[in-house]
Amino acid sequence: MQPIDRRDFLKLAGLGGAVFASGLAGCAGMAASEQDEFYFVQLSDSHWGFKGDALNPDAGGTLPKAVAAVNALPFQPDFIVFTGDLTHTTDDPRERRRRLAEFKSIVAGLNNKNVRFMPGEHDASLDHGKAWKEYFGPSNYSFDHKGVHFVAIDNVSDPAAKIGEEQLAWLKADLAMHAMDTPIVVFTHRPLFDLAPQWDWATRDGAQAIEILMPYRNVTVFYGHIHQENHHMTGHIAHHAAQSLIFPQPAPGSQPKRTPLPWDAAHPYRGLGFRSIEAEKDELRIAEYPLVKA
Amino acid sequence: MEAQRRRLLLAGMATAFGAAALAQPAGKVIRIVAKRFDFTPAEIALVKDEPVVFELTTRDVAMGFSLPDFKIRADIVPDMVTRVAFTPDRPGTFDFVCDVFCGDGHEDMGGRIVVTA
Repeated sequence: MQPIDRRDFLKLAGLGGAVFASGLAGCAGMAASEQDEFYFVQLSDSHWGFKGDALNPDAGGTLPKAVAAVNALPFQPDFIVFTGDLTHTTDDPRERRRRLAEFKSIVAGLNNKNVRFMPGEHDASLDHGKAWKEYFGPSNYSFDHKGVHFVAIDNVSDPAAKIGEEQLAWLKADLAMHAMDTPIVVFTHRPLFDLAPQWDWATRDGAQAIEILMPYRNVTVFYGHIHQENHHMTGHIAHHAAQSLIFPQPAPGSQPKRTPLPWDAAHPYRGLGFRSIEAEKDELRIAEYPLVKA
Repeated sequence: MEAQRRRLLLAGMATAFGAAALAQPAGKVIRIVAKRFDFTPAEIALVKDEPVVFELTTRDVAMGFSLPDFKIRADIVPDMVTRVAFTPDRPGTFDFVCDVFCGDGHEDMGGRIVVTA
């Protein structure tokens, strides 16, 4: 086999799947001198602890398969992010912690140790994020990587799906330290916009976050929650939902109820996967990967 | 203490909703009981332009009532009555959901309002 470089690999990764050039297109602020090319991987909604053979008879094997798939990438990403619902909800605080601990132990098998985490409502809404923070630390934070400013917004620790005034003030202050043309990537769990409020696919005060982000010219949001790929624009801000690692959900509004799609024995693991995001000098390139190659 | 403070805050919000409802024209009262993970009744028949007042209660955990097509929502606080005035201005079938995460089954917690002309 001919060796390939990272760029060729990312191009090949997109074959047969989606490569979605997005978000930072036209980003004059990402001058080559300021921003090194790199890529990261987004995984989401592993729902560790879920049981339900009709939806996923391999619920206990899917997360380890995702870890193996990421480890098998020919080029390791700069970092990996999990955008929430690491575990499936439970009323029992001890069981919640057991699931969080098991999840953490499994993903410790990732070769790349630079891993960022976000909570989902299944992890955090029943105890306002208490257990989740014991295992993973603050649920909202920011960091810079090779010229891109990354911001993680927690819209799940409040069970009413609110970011809250305190965090919105933090977001505004955090962004204020950056120029308007700084490339900004936001991680969150729920959509910040009203994707399907009748299915609870929204953030109650998400519009306020978008209003704070709007003056910045190069903003892209990556989220989970809806268990499927979805791409949406609010003004110049791109929002990209990720596939899950447990079961796919129907397209927004495509059926009366948001009943998850049943396991397809003829096509096991269909609809499950993860994505890579490559930051180039003037755009983000998204490639979708199935959990298991057909 | 935190739970008590939260309950007081929610109670205040419920009262505000109640006051708003009382300011509206009186309408037929429709009692809706929420429990994990359903509403009773789950289907409500209404007539266009006829005002009603939803009386929302739960003896369970804090929940929400959201009717997105009409941009109406309210918190449902355990052991309190939340009143919401509503006058449907168009016929159709409209979903309502619980919009406060309440556990494993929350995603299935909803109902619908059928408005006839």
